[in-house]
Amino acid sequence: MTLKGKVFKYGANIDTDAIIPARHLNLYEPADLAQHCMEDLDEEFLKQVKPGDIIVADTNFGCGSSREHAPLAIKASGISAVIAKSFARIFFRNGINIGLPLLESEEAVDNIKAGDTVEVDLAAGRITNLSTGKAFQAKPYPEFMMEIVQAGGLVEQTKKKLARNK
Amino acid sequence: MTLAEKILAAHSGKDRVSPGEFINVRPDLVLSNDITAPIAIKEFERLGVKSVFNPKKIVMVPDHFCPNKDIHSAEQAKMMRDFAHKYNLIYFEVGEMGIEHVILPEKGLVLPGDVVVGADSHTCTYGALDAFATGMGSTDIAVAMATGEIWMKVPPTIKFVFHGKPRKWVGGKDFILYIIGKIGVDGAIYSAMEFHGEAVHALSMDSRFTMSNMAIEAGGKAGLCHMDDKTRAYLKGRAKRKYTEYSSDPDAVYAKVIEYDADKIEPQVAFPHIPSNTRPISQVGTVSIDQAVIGSCTNGRMDDLQLAGKILKGRKVNPNVRCIILPGSQKIYLDALRNGLIETFIRAGAAVSTPTCGPCLGGYMGVLAAGERCISTTNRNFVGRMGHVKSEVYLANPAVAAASAVLGRIASPEELA
Repeated sequence: MTLKGKVFKYGANIDTDAIIPARHLNLYEPADLAQHCMEDLDEEFLKQVKPGDIIVADTNFGCGSSREHAPLAIKASGISAVIAKSFARIFFRNGINIGLPLLESEEAVDNIKAGDTVEVDLAAGRITNLSTGKAFQAKPYPEFMMEIVQAGGLVEQTKKKLARNK
Repeated sequence: MTLAEKILAAHSGKDRVSPGEFINVRPDLVLSNDITAPIAIKEFERLGVKSVFNPKKIVMVPDHFCPNKDIHSAEQAKMMRDFAHKYNLIYFEVGEMGIEHVILPEKGLVLPGDVVVGADSHTCTYGALDAFATGMGSTDIAVAMATGEIWMKVPPTIKFVFHGKPRKWVGGKDFILYIIGKIGVDGAIYSAMEFHGEAVHALSMDSRFTMSNMAIEAGGKAGLCHMDDKTRAYLKGRAKRKYTEYSSDPDAVYAKVIEYDADKIEPQVAFPHIPSNTRPISQVGTVSIDQAVIGSCTNGRMDDLQLAGKILKGRKVNPNVRCIILPGSQKIYLDALRNGLIETFIRAGAAVSTPTCGPCLGGYMGVLAAGERCISTTNRNFVGRMGHVKSEVYLANPAVAAASAVLGRIASPEELA
């Protein structure tokens, strides 16, 4: 699958309160959460985000709470992938589990600016900055996680397992 | 093997496990709350299963926005309560509840050697009891509720040793803030943290819960203490099933060993807007405050209230400050009523609330306006965490929060001694 979009770029330690403020955790439908995605961090995000766009951030993206509302809000806002130098542990699990593509590459983050257009070949882990022509390789997923990604998320993978065990 | 490796091996049917290995773990307890359960329930229903793996091992606690703060919260709380009743899960209604990470140990539901997974990042609190406990998302919890299994990557372990004796007014909150200040909010990312040393064993159980609770603020997957007589005394009368005591082998392999001298550690204050932005209390300068919050899964236990009580007894909260105290459970509330602490707080001019996570995450019971500053015994001080994006949160221990409430600025308890 190839993803393509314009880049929103953020710094290190973007926490889950910045991604979806806790005052909105009385909601749980992804579309409702998406209305508030990044609102405290970046006022322009919701005005400008278009389906396919990509978030690029520094280290420890998604640190803080375990709220799955954070990757759900990002995904429902139209963002097709997040590229970061590293992800916080729970956010990474949640992203993989709900089928939000997450890619780790220090080099890509250092060589992509806000507003650049980036293309991601998910199967190959290839990140191309179409604005500069430079290409980067994301860290491959361990096989164990690749199975979840290929199944389309943890629920889908578990459903298959449960069907097999019947 | 380390403590974490031993517990994980025992729960995945293996003789040994090593860091980096992917394993399927069978947890002893699966937890969620009123804000994470709704998504877990939706995903559980998508799985198409007819039952949970074991209703006696699944706990749901209405604590974040409960007693319900608005209509949306009420709908979520109802969804969780209906699900819990339908499947006969362990569930605590508001009259007997408390903050999840306070009541689960209090009621003896978490025991040493257990694996606990919870849809709440502060599930790591139970590491104080020698349990491998870690936070996850709602989908993970949905699958765990259905299958009784969860995938994990075995974490490397970082060993933290605190030598010497804790100074006066210094406790678990200061030790963990000190660590976070030194290693950063991703300093223990993906790792288990083990807390060792005479100074850790000198801490009360309540103070150890505080220390393990904030392992996540260093990026940690778990924060484990080692059993001693205080742990065993805490468990006496609470534990209703048998448990296994594990400890790290003398030749266990650690990713890192970091040693600190407890004698040199002052009470710590984390400045906005990240928990690693710490300063010793002597270096705080003049920071006036509008609110002081004492409570939460981090510092809402009896020891915490007693520390606040020592400071507030016979004194008055500064007229410019709203002081809000939230006992972490109904039991703690009742005990504090009996031992006179609640009267001390009310006479001092503090507001005392029923247990809830409320203000910690800007939910209710103490939301901040633009430009307001709060000293809080909670665990996070991110932008907008307790309210308006232009408000500020400073994290500290309960004695510092209480002294600050009296003086109207961030202050050391020593100033009132």
